[in-house]
Amino acid sequence: MISLAGRDILHGWGKFALTGLGLGLLIGVTLTMGGVYRGMVDDAMVLLDNSGADLWVVQQETLGPYAESSSIFDDTWRSVSGMPGVEEAANVTYLTTQVRRGTEDVRAMVVGVDPGMPGSPGQPGYLTAGRHITRSHYEAVADGATGFRPGDEIRIRRNTYTVVGLTRRMVSSGGDPMIFIPLKDAQEAQFLKDNDSILQQRRRTASNPSLNRPGVPGLLESVITSQSANQYVNAVLVRLLPGADPDETAAHIRRWLRLEVYTRDQMEEILLGKLIATSSRQIGMFLVILAVVSAAIVAFIIYTLTMGKIREIAVLKLIGTKNRTIVSMILQQAVGLGVLGFMIGKIAATFWAPFFPKFVLLQARDAVTGFAAVIVMCVLASILAIRAALKVDPAEAIGG
Amino acid sequence: MAERQTRGIIIEGLRKRYGAGETAVDALKGVDMAVSPGEVVGLIGPSGSGKTTLLKCLGAVIEPTAGRMTLGNDVIYDGKWRIKDLRALRRDRIGFIFQAPYLIPFLNVTDNVALLPMLAGHSDGESRTRAGELLEALDVAHRASAMPSQLSGGEQQRVAIARALANRPPVILADEPTAPLDSERALSVITILNAMAKQYETAIIVVTHDEKIIPTFRRIYRIRDGRTEETAGEGRSTEKPETGKPEEERA
Ligand SMILES: Nc1ncnc2c1ncn2[C@@H]1O[C@H](COP(=O)(O)OP(=O)(O)OP(=O)(O)O)[C@@H](O)[C@H]1O
Ligand SMILES: [Mg+2]
Repeated sequence: MISLAGRDILHGWGKFALTGLGLGLLIGVTLTMGGVYRGMVDDAMVLLDNSGADLWVVQQETLGPYAESSSIFDDTWRSVSGMPGVEEAANVTYLTTQVRRGTEDVRAMVVGVDPGMPGSPGQPGYLTAGRHITRSHYEAVADGATGFRPGDEIRIRRNTYTVVGLTRRMVSSGGDPMIFIPLKDAQEAQFLKDNDSILQQRRRTASNPSLNRPGVPGLLESVITSQSANQYVNAVLVRLLPGADPDETAAHIRRWLRLEVYTRDQMEEILLGKLIATSSRQIGMFLVILAVVSAAIVAFIIYTLTMGKIREIAVLKLIGTKNRTIVSMILQQAVGLGVLGFMIGKIAATFWAPFFPKFVLLQARDAVTGFAAVIVMCVLASILAIRAALKVDPAEAIGG
Repeated sequence: MAERQTRGIIIEGLRKRYGAGETAVDALKGVDMAVSPGEVVGLIGPSGSGKTTLLKCLGAVIEPTAGRMTLGNDVIYDGKWRIKDLRALRRDRIGFIFQAPYLIPFLNVTDNVALLPMLAGHSDGESRTRAGELLEALDVAHRASAMPSQLSGGEQQRVAIARALANRPPVILADEPTAPLDSERALSVITILNAMAKQYETAIIVVTHDEKIIPTFRRIYRIRDGRTEETAGEGRSTEKPETGKPEEERA
């Protein structure tokens, strides 16, 4: 038995191919949207994985340090270090900002870490070039995605840093690449005021009689110093001893240091459930619309193709073709269109994904789901056409 | 003779009413007709007289209201359908030829013809062989792999005839098969139908308005106001000494 669907497609392959191309690009966009979502999730997971932390110690009643701002004293880490189960605790600051590279701006997350402590939580993990930060000022390790090379100068706020090393896949939950600088510099950068406001604050402090008392030498100086220094960090990252129970240690820290502590599981929940929840709903909405549009296109095309064959279908029925054969002809065409569209879409998505500014993660699992969805959609979309074909009366072939 | 008769078409008192109540139309009001195997009869009548309705009843695409139809050795209708699978009946025992050829545009000439034996369950190879023989007999074998849109009108109509013959049906129903053809081609179609009727022992009914071919029938049924009357035709030769050459070769 010859394949009626196949012959019909070959006969009008131009129309079929163009429709397949259009549908394919739509499917490509859909797969890419899915990839954008997966990329966001992956960025968040990578952020947690690469921080090397088991616990995040942050300010009370905040969801810090990624989803909300948090600040705690920069000597807290000492007390945290003394808690049972803690192997190592390290200060860290996060500041998302524009940094200057030559004449351009790069959006980056500036991370302050203690110099000379590679391997501690919060430090850049794997270096692709150069070395870790060793001095306490003006050195930086940058993620390769920032475009910096070792030896480049980075301008962050008013200071210039020299890139001494490069790392990779260190990104913020928003996908911005990280730049690591010494903690002291980072604290200053977070707190830095412009010269005018520093002057103005000094003047205000000096004119406050209770702070500028005659006969108390040095008081004004120490007040001013304390005003212009930043003694805060955003979080203390904790690595636990092997075998220590994260929940137990977290409970300890909460109780005795009166700070908020998140375990890895809770942090994941915060990032996925709160930080990128809106974005993923946004993408979900897009996916729904794209699916509906694609289905409408397939339905329309299959319906038009079938309507153009009403006479042939009547003749086929008259000469004894089973309804099942006619239904399968339409179904095969719809599914064929879906398969062609999916292949084009997959190729297109794979081709253009690397050109997206943020990470697009195309997972094989999603491709399989997508394929199944496309086929189901094509089958549903051909229902209209099938109904029309089944209604055709073989008597129509005989005419009047 | 008795055997021949049973294998033809016999219609007795066939009635067909369209619709019901005040708007009902009695298209057939008791039609009697008999066509023997190997015979080609004409069916003529004014517009609206019920010719197409008769073909549709006989072709099992609409159900008559009353009467009796015998096809070959079987009564197919006597107040209700006597055959369960009407689709298989149409496929295996009735060939259709329409005013326009209505070939399947996405199948080539051979496959347009071979489709019928394939639908009836014959193998692809056997079906194509049979199609090849018929195309040979109808003198279009040289266009066997062309698409329908690449054929002339006359060639298309001959392919349509080959298709109607493909399952060797005992009956062929033709509705105005020569309408779009010039008189030479029209006559050649009738010649072919005559030859095929003899060769395959087929009973053929040709509905026509076509003055060019009416004189060629030996027997003609006139239908008027839903009733038939039989008249003798002129049975004039279609000129040109037998275009049905292949028939002679075969015989
Ligand atoms: N589906 C239908 N419903 C109602 N009436 C119908 C239907 N089909 C045909 N008729 C009526 O039945 C009568 C016979 O119609 P039919 O088509 O058989 O005529 P015909 O002899 O083939 O005419 P023509 O030569 O114009 O093709 C006409 O009066 C027509 O209006
Ligand atoms: Mg008619």
